[in-house]
Amino acid sequence: MSLYRDEGVVLRTQKLGEADRIISVLTRHHGRVRAVAKGVRRTRSRFGARLEPFMLVDLQLYEGRSLDTVTQAETIAPYGSGIVSDYARYTSGTAMLETAERLTETEREPAVQQFLLLAGALRTLAAGEHVPRLVLDSYVLRALSVAGWAPSFTDCARCGAPGPHRAVAVAAGGVVCPQCRPPGSAAPHPATIALLAALLTGDWETADASEGPRRREASGLTAAYLQWHLERQVRSLRLVER
Amino acid sequence: MYEGVVQDLIDELGRLPGVGPKSAQRIAFHLLQSDPVDVRRLVAALVEVTEKVRFCELCGNVSAEDQCRICRDPRRDAAVLCVVEEPKDVVAIEKTREFRGRYHVLGGAISPIEGIGPDDLRVKELVTRLASGEVTEIILATDPNLEGEATATYLARLLKPMGLKVTRLASGLPVGGDLEYADELTLGRAFEGRRLLDV
Repeated sequence: MSLYRDEGVVLRTQKLGEADRIISVLTRHHGRVRAVAKGVRRTRSRFGARLEPFMLVDLQLYEGRSLDTVTQAETIAPYGSGIVSDYARYTSGTAMLETAERLTETEREPAVQQFLLLAGALRTLAAGEHVPRLVLDSYVLRALSVAGWAPSFTDCARCGAPGPHRAVAVAAGGVVCPQCRPPGSAAPHPATIALLAALLTGDWETADASEGPRRREASGLTAAYLQWHLERQVRSLRLVER
Repeated sequence: MYEGVVQDLIDELGRLPGVGPKSAQRIAFHLLQSDPVDVRRLVAALVEVTEKVRFCELCGNVSAEDQCRICRDPRRDAAVLCVVEEPKDVVAIEKTREFRGRYHVLGGAISPIEGIGPDDLRVKELVTRLASGEVTEIILATDPNLEGEATATYLARLLKPMGLKVTRLASGLPVGGDLEYADELTLGRAFEGRRLLDV
């Protein structure tokens, strides 16, 4: 199998030599793949804008030893234009791409769920259906769930005692009951916990109706949860516009 | 491996962009065989560039003095300011001979994934420059890629409330190309920005 075809979302591009770029793509069937796009930085490149981050593309790739080579690319959905036209969408979207990249650290390990989740989140973000920051937080919580770190915002994350509970312990994986509560747990507003639960399950009615301070609190907790599990900083989170 | 100094030269040349070990060796031997006067001239140019070149205090372009040639030129239109990412872009625009205003070099584009935000660019300097009220039009000439577009969106949002005319360079089809090879986005932009033909 030297030539193969797959669809994927472009996560990151990086300059290579005079006019080439290395692109990192989260594909549907082959997981995250890194490939060389030759001559893509020239204005007359036949790839043009197709291989920019946020693009959902149909690719033909030539398998190489360490890096593959892009031989053909067709746009499936140009999410980039809808995202880049709004600065808040752009910063939230970039944080989503970086999260997706971190969660699929091993190359060529199939991650269909992560791909579908990311493509769906980018579609929502580009369409401007919800506040960008909420889309980002919802995506992060769900992507972590798919990766095996599903938080719990109803039952106690330690003993499973039915909720609702008041305290949130990031290290324990969500809300904790008074008995399990480790020292230093956060005690956010009950509406914040309700918002987090809504974001995790995709209950947009509740999420859209939430208030500013609750959203900020939920974002802070989501970011803390993400950094805790990834064990390294997600750089673009610092620049996300609230 | 060659003896000491020759190998040192090859190693140093090999660190330059686009120069591999084989090309480094070729350049090194070319230098060894050329007239010592030519080599000294090259050395002098290298020393001069590292010692003399700095960034223009107004626009951020590379310059041999405190202010660059363009900022010092009184014939340039002070009412129009063209915002670019890199000093290389100034040269590219200058080559067109179409633009008679002044420049502002940002020093990059907003790229959160690389950890580069608006505070890491020369945005504050741009806003300070506009305070005098001399500038009436801003041309956003950042790269037509994702980071460049995002930077333009950010700047437009920041500068519009200041009552300036903010324009963005047009995107569309490259001159001398084939329509069928244009990607959907570029072709779409070309349609958006089509113009009336006055015949």
